[in-house]
Amino acid sequence: MTPYADDDRPLAERQVALIDLLDRLLSGGVVLTGDLVLSIADIDLVRVSLRAVVVAIREEAERSWELGSLEPLAPGTEDVEGGEDRVRP
Amino acid sequence: MAGHFSYTYAVVPFSPSLERTALGGVRGVADRPVRLVRSGEVAAAVSPVPEADFSQAALKAHLEDLDWLEPTARAHHSVVESLAARTTVLPLRLATVYLDDTRVAQMLEAGRATFAGLLARLTGHAEWGVKVYVERPASAAVPPADTAPPLEEPDPGRAYLRQRRHQHQARRDAWHTAEEVLRRIDAEVRGLAAQRARHRPQQGRLADTGGENVANDAYLVPHELAEEFRRRVRRAAEDAPGVRVDITGPWAPYSFAEPGVQEPGLQEGAAPG
Repeated sequence: MTPYADDDRPLAERQVALIDLLDRLLSGGVVLTGDLVLSIADIDLVRVSLRAVVVAIREEAERSWELGSLEPLAPGTEDVEGGEDRVRP
Repeated sequence: MAGHFSYTYAVVPFSPSLERTALGGVRGVADRPVRLVRSGEVAAAVSPVPEADFSQAALKAHLEDLDWLEPTARAHHSVVESLAARTTVLPLRLATVYLDDTRVAQMLEAGRATFAGLLARLTGHAEWGVKVYVERPASAAVPPADTAPPLEEPDPGRAYLRQRRHQHQARRDAWHTAEEVLRRIDAEVRGLAAQRARHRPQQGRLADTGGENVANDAYLVPHELAEEFRRRVRRAAEDAPGVRVDITGPWAPYSFAEPGVQEPGLQEGAAPG
């Protein structure tokens, strides 16, 4: 079985954006109550700890495909610097 | 191992050669070799980490320290990726730590049925990220020709207000366009993706882009439909002034690694149509 087809996937070569990674590592992944740390009860601690650094805590995962459930888009407050325009695979 | 805990990265279906093929040469969070701990048909990838780094107090401090968090997250991800290149992976949340490998085996034993079920559901799928941005308007947006002010504007204050109004209008238009793009994406990928998860839009210091992130979604897509999925998302992003769409992936199914309800009415792996 080859989970990833042909793809543009030089293993461990893809430097993913840290924020995309933290979205997944801090709000995704199976939550097991380990022996010591970051039990489910500690997730709030992570939320607090990281607030200054990154907002990466998932709301309840949407499982509805009703467009009515899209959160209304409301302009935020502030733009940040940098970046480039692209739509890329 | 004295003075060490067992850092646990992911759960995978066990196979005899997996440790050698996927984890040979792979270094984990504390730059130590990663191995598999087995329980029946499932196994967990683990590596030893120093107790000192993963005590409650130490971890609290570490989580606020990007210089610690980033390499840790990247090491975690690199182990998950190495496994994902070979097999179906159930990634665990960052910093899932057990006292020792025996405790990891007990955890696996207790969760075997659940893990097997999750792995079966994820087999043959990868996660793709789709982020929609409203671009930052140019600071001196040129007003559209049909509403262009006369060249001779006697009142600088009024000229300024008019310019501001144009900027706000452009921004409102871009927000509407973003909503439209989201609708298009939804329509385009229906029937391709097995599930969708929504992450909070990205903000803050690390959200380093030239726009405002208004949607930060993840889709679980069968491997054979990945190319079509990306093509359709890109198509949905065409003709959308002021809006940008970024696709990331393939990812191991981080955003779907929990018992989720199957989307009602969604056919898994449905043919594009």
